[in-house]
Amino acid sequence: MSDLRELYQEVIFDHNRNPRNYGVLENANRKAEGFNPLCGDQLTVYMLVNDQGIIEKVTFEGQGCAISTASASIMTEELIGKTVQQAQEIFDNFHTVVTGGDCDVEIGKLQVLTGVKDYPTRVKCATLPWHTTNAAINQQDEPVTTE
Amino acid sequence: MNKAVQSVVNPSDFDVLAIRSDFPILDQQIHGKPLVYLDNAASSQKPVQVQQAMQDYYSHDHANVHRGVHSLSQRATDSFEAARGKVRAFLNAASEKEIIFVRSATEGLNLIAASYGRMVLKPADEVLITVLEHHSNIVPWQLICEQTGATLKSVDVNDAGELDMQQYKMMLTENTKIAAFNHVSNALGTINPVKEMVKLAHDAGVTTVIDGSQAAPHLAIDVQAIDCDFYVITGHKMFGPTGIGVVYGKQALLEAMPPYQGGGEMIKLVSLEKSTYAELPAKFEAGTPDIAGAIGLAAAIDYMNEIGIENIARHEHELLDYATARASEIKKLKIIGTAKNKASVLSFVIEGIHPHDLGTILDNEGVAVRTGHHCAQPLMKRFNVPATARASFAMYNTIEEVDALIAGIKKAIEMFE
Repeated sequence: MSDLRELYQEVIFDHNRNPRNYGVLENANRKAEGFNPLCGDQLTVYMLVNDQGIIEKVTFEGQGCAISTASASIMTEELIGKTVQQAQEIFDNFHTVVTGGDCDVEIGKLQVLTGVKDYPTRVKCATLPWHTTNAAINQQDEPVTTE
Repeated sequence: MNKAVQSVVNPSDFDVLAIRSDFPILDQQIHGKPLVYLDNAASSQKPVQVQQAMQDYYSHDHANVHRGVHSLSQRATDSFEAARGKVRAFLNAASEKEIIFVRSATEGLNLIAASYGRMVLKPADEVLITVLEHHSNIVPWQLICEQTGATLKSVDVNDAGELDMQQYKMMLTENTKIAAFNHVSNALGTINPVKEMVKLAHDAGVTTVIDGSQAAPHLAIDVQAIDCDFYVITGHKMFGPTGIGVVYGKQALLEAMPPYQGGGEMIKLVSLEKSTYAELPAKFEAGTPDIAGAIGLAAAIDYMNEIGIENIARHEHELLDYATARASEIKKLKIIGTAKNKASVLSFVIEGIHPHDLGTILDNEGVAVRTGHHCAQPLMKRFNVPATARASFAMYNTIEEVDALIAGIKKAIEMFE
């Protein structure tokens, strides 16, 4: 088991204390709710996607642990300006790394979250915002859950 | 039956180290630190006596029960029925016919809702539960209310986590048919005044169902003194194995009720057109039961009786009082559930730290607590928290382990500052 500091890096605390792009996005044209029934975490992701499929804005709000809050915050920073296609690729790569797959995949700033791969019970905390974003992109009506 | 006479150990003889030596699982390191197991309200550990009883059964006596004429079948049947006798005495039920083995307390509550609930509930009837309930004492009633057109109502708690008894009285109306509530809250530790609640319900002509899952490992239970109509317990929270639970029901009610599941064991005669059902308790025990589980549960009851349930309760109270006092020293910590009458559970939140993060940090210190909604989401909503951290104590926990918990909490607060 790795040191706890690998999981709770300073960047995580920073995003937990001051989450970026937090709040309701009034002119969103995509929205989804995510829910982790194991711990009660829930969040809503709001997106503004333009006609070219570029994510112009993305925000989130909800309540969650430091890992899920930081993951959501970092995610919003990563996604703004990307196409929905690129967003999907980033998520796939991130998912591969945190679930213990190929560690050499390039995931940029998301690297700070890879500590969760040593904590299987916490992987869902890190991936919940991404699953929710996926649902928003695909315009699913049902809230997504981690189960 | 006087349960008090079952205590054989003088309080001053309570030897927690001797008890711990019966639980080998406790003697291990987690992340390089001694394991501090404080998740007993989710599931308690099993003494070697329970493990040995189950192993002995499989090594020497196993066969199917109630049907073979051969010796092993007879031995298995004798052991299984002896276990039923132990459970009867533990609950102080009037008859072994009133003791039904099921898979869990959840299955027990589903049995009562599906069989008794379906039999009595009609549209416009009401089932009364409380906001303190575990999901397993909410959802079966929701299901049966949907199917019968009855309405489910719920009694609130005050800010200490104690039931609003005035409201409870008011909500027992002429439409109420069933009142279902726990004896001890799994999420807060509140001990409900079940005897008084049953009396009030009966005065209003209401049948009572008590979820005793959290009470069984901590309190002496006497279903005749409580006078409840149904009482359920689960083995794995009272030092017994998983996969075994018990429904107690008053004989007259159980006899009037239709079977819950159909199959072998529960029939008298079967033709392809119609079957007649077996007598109690077999009527409610379709299929081959968890024989080893029942034997393990009986061994757990023996174990608790040997130590003495009053001694266990006293020791746990000391731990809870100490933990409450130590936790109260921490400024950012808020205890959720401060009922005057409480058992074994310290539920709390810490300002600025999500319980899930706290759980991971405590685990890293070797301390196992439950974090989350404790299968009591309506209760979390009542207290306006998404989740809590919960330390729950058992007879084998020590004052030093409470200190380890408090040290772990302080470390987490430091980390998050």
